[in-house]
Amino acid sequence: MTAARRKPRYSALALLREGLRGQSGWGPAWRSPEPKRRYDAVIIGGGGHGLSAAYHLAKDHGVTNVLVIEKAWLGGGNTGRNTTIIRSNYFNRESQDLYDASLKLYEGLSRELNYNIMFSQRGSIELAHSAADMEGLRRVVNAMQVSGIESSLLSRDEVLAMVPLLDPSPNTRWPVVGAAIQRRAGVARHDAVAWGYARAADGFGVDIVQSCAVSGFLIQGGRVKGVETPFGLIEADVFGMAVAGASPEMARLAGFKLPLLCMTLQAMVSEPLKPCLNHVVASTPNGAYVSQSDKGELVIGGGLEHVPSFARRGDLRKTAEVLASVVEMFPAFSTLKLMRQWGGTVDTSPDNSPILGPSPVPNLYLNCGWGTGGFKAIPIGGKMLAHLMATGKHHALSAPFGLERFATGRLIDEAHAGVAHD
Amino acid sequence: MTNPGPMICPFCGPRDAGEFRYGGDPKAARPAFGSSDAEWAGYLYVRENARGVAKEYWVHSQGCGQWLIAERDTVTHVIQRISEATA
Repeated sequence: MTAARRKPRYSALALLREGLRGQSGWGPAWRSPEPKRRYDAVIIGGGGHGLSAAYHLAKDHGVTNVLVIEKAWLGGGNTGRNTTIIRSNYFNRESQDLYDASLKLYEGLSRELNYNIMFSQRGSIELAHSAADMEGLRRVVNAMQVSGIESSLLSRDEVLAMVPLLDPSPNTRWPVVGAAIQRRAGVARHDAVAWGYARAADGFGVDIVQSCAVSGFLIQGGRVKGVETPFGLIEADVFGMAVAGASPEMARLAGFKLPLLCMTLQAMVSEPLKPCLNHVVASTPNGAYVSQSDKGELVIGGGLEHVPSFARRGDLRKTAEVLASVVEMFPAFSTLKLMRQWGGTVDTSPDNSPILGPSPVPNLYLNCGWGTGGFKAIPIGGKMLAHLMATGKHHALSAPFGLERFATGRLIDEAHAGVAHD
Repeated sequence: MTNPGPMICPFCGPRDAGEFRYGGDPKAARPAFGSSDAEWAGYLYVRENARGVAKEYWVHSQGCGQWLIAERDTVTHVIQRISEATA
């Protein structure tokens, strides 16, 4: 059984055929049915993780009587607000295993979903600005190599040859002294990831309902019996939540609290340019990172705004701070116009690692706490949530990420795993 | 960061909001010696994280240095009340 078997295949031939037929034969990529009163499994959250979970419930476990409930529109939360970077350059073994499994799934995803997610493995470069930075990068690169994940160090001359627009002066505040690169890392088309999973899940018979907020849980005998929605109570045997910035509120509705703090992470794009930047380039000390989209825009991100917020808009002072960092790294970008700037609500956990596993309510499972780094984990996050929901047990990859780690003290500290984490 | 523009310090009056830093949840006292791991995890890691009006510590770090308690809406960022943090 392959994904999207019930869907007409997207192909060059189909494109040609539809071109000749006046584009009259494309059906909707997924249905929008009225939800039934009862399902085997209900997933709250129609972002990347929720849709990926629905797909994996059907594909890996044969559970197809599934509903995905989305309060707004598919992929309109953090799935559509991030800078689309996919990488697995983490320090701890647990994280490396999880994120690299995700990267591997991304590598085959366009083919698997029959949906072009435009994954471009252009390489992610993390700059070092001092001998100490270089030592830090060497430590991560070594840890990755020990785990069998390709990664290497670059000398100053190698970085400047690969990224010629970087300021080469040794007299800047953050001179380039070297870098680390993960060549398999890259960027993808964020909407396509959500839509590809939605289409493939729909192909298995999964129902997807948008503009439908969960307003409460019916809990009987300590278990979730159903969720309250504008369509009334919808019952299921098992529930999963993949709602990122809405996780604290959703948990409160189910009667528990989570070790999360929601803050704003913003991103922005410049006007489009001819190709000028071939890699993702990040500087943690400088607090900014940038890549160039296929449309030519520079896609720019920076650090978190360290204030609890659900506003989904970035503070202008942070915008200015991030842009100052970008211009310091790339003086040639100083004359560009900014085209768009936006914010997303990220659910950060105390150790900057996700929370995957059972919640305090036995048949409700958690996929949250991805904070600033959830997009790269969509394939594996969904797969893990599906495994938990279908089997009631952890997959080996998700086992270290349970909620109980905060009581046992076995944290997975990824505090320095990227610009946005700082 | 909250909204740009002034924020009112009870000691200094209206000051640029960039002078203030967020300082966490005002919490109950530390759990007693011998408390369970779950109680410690709750104290150390669990956050109120309210969507709406939240009680928060702030510090006027670039001004008088006083610790403050603000009642701030985490959606609109409007501060409804701000006062000195007292034990």
